[in-house]
Amino acid sequence: MADPMKIRAQLKGDVAEIRVLMSHAMETGQRKDAAGATVPAHFIQSMTIDVGGKRVVDGQVGGSVSRNPVFGFKMKGAKAGDKVVVSWIDNKGEKRTDEAAVA
Amino acid sequence: MNTTRRTVLKGATASGVLAGLIAAGALRPTQVLASEWNKAAFEAKDTAGALKGIGAAAPADSKDLVLKVPDIAENGAVVPVDVVSNIPKTTSIAILVEKNPSPLCAQFEFSNGALPEASARIKMGQTSMVKAVAKADGKFYTAQKEVKVTVGGCGG
Repeated sequence: MADPMKIRAQLKGDVAEIRVLMSHAMETGQRKDAAGATVPAHFIQSMTIDVGGKRVVDGQVGGSVSRNPVFGFKMKGAKAGDKVVVSWIDNKGEKRTDEAAVA
Repeated sequence: MNTTRRTVLKGATASGVLAGLIAAGALRPTQVLASEWNKAAFEAKDTAGALKGIGAAAPADSKDLVLKVPDIAENGAVVPVDVVSNIPKTTSIAILVEKNPSPLCAQFEFSNGALPEASARIKMGQTSMVKAVAKADGKFYTAQKEVKVTVGGCGG
């Protein structure tokens, strides 16, 4: 299981800023290791953010997103204390879900 | 011993437990499921193919789509990209790098109050145009900017 995500959701006026740091190797499948062998592709393919039980962001991701991806989004209508649930699934079927609250 | 009866009992217990978990909210199938990965678009080898894959074959240039990228990226492995769409009814934003082996980096769909803005960090193999594509009211719009990637970090 991959390491937990870092999720920060902060209200600034009526806009909530959501930032997520995922811990993932994000191998493209094109890089070669020291011995010259191709490192197999291993990257996050889908990610979703739900706030207060509603889907806010539905994202699809390719191997060209940097290692340990950071994503930032903004939304209106969130209240302090709303639960933020972030999930991802990678190309090997591994997945991870973490939660935070809007602050 | 009646093995069929055993199997049925076991099966019944397992599915009973599962149903209980779903009811208790421990398993939330709707929240875990994201839309299916757009393999054709992400594995396209050129920008035209990637655009076609996301249904945006000929996006129109738009000044209301703001793409923020550095002019020069010393480290092609981590290039910060920030996209803000001021186009009304924007529902999705995609980020592409023209000269990457697979140009499409990511695509985000927004709903339930999400503002049409996204930031991410992407990899770039070489100096290339970075493209943002927004979908608004069924139409596609694009903005692009060149990012120079410095190989070796010596300022070339």
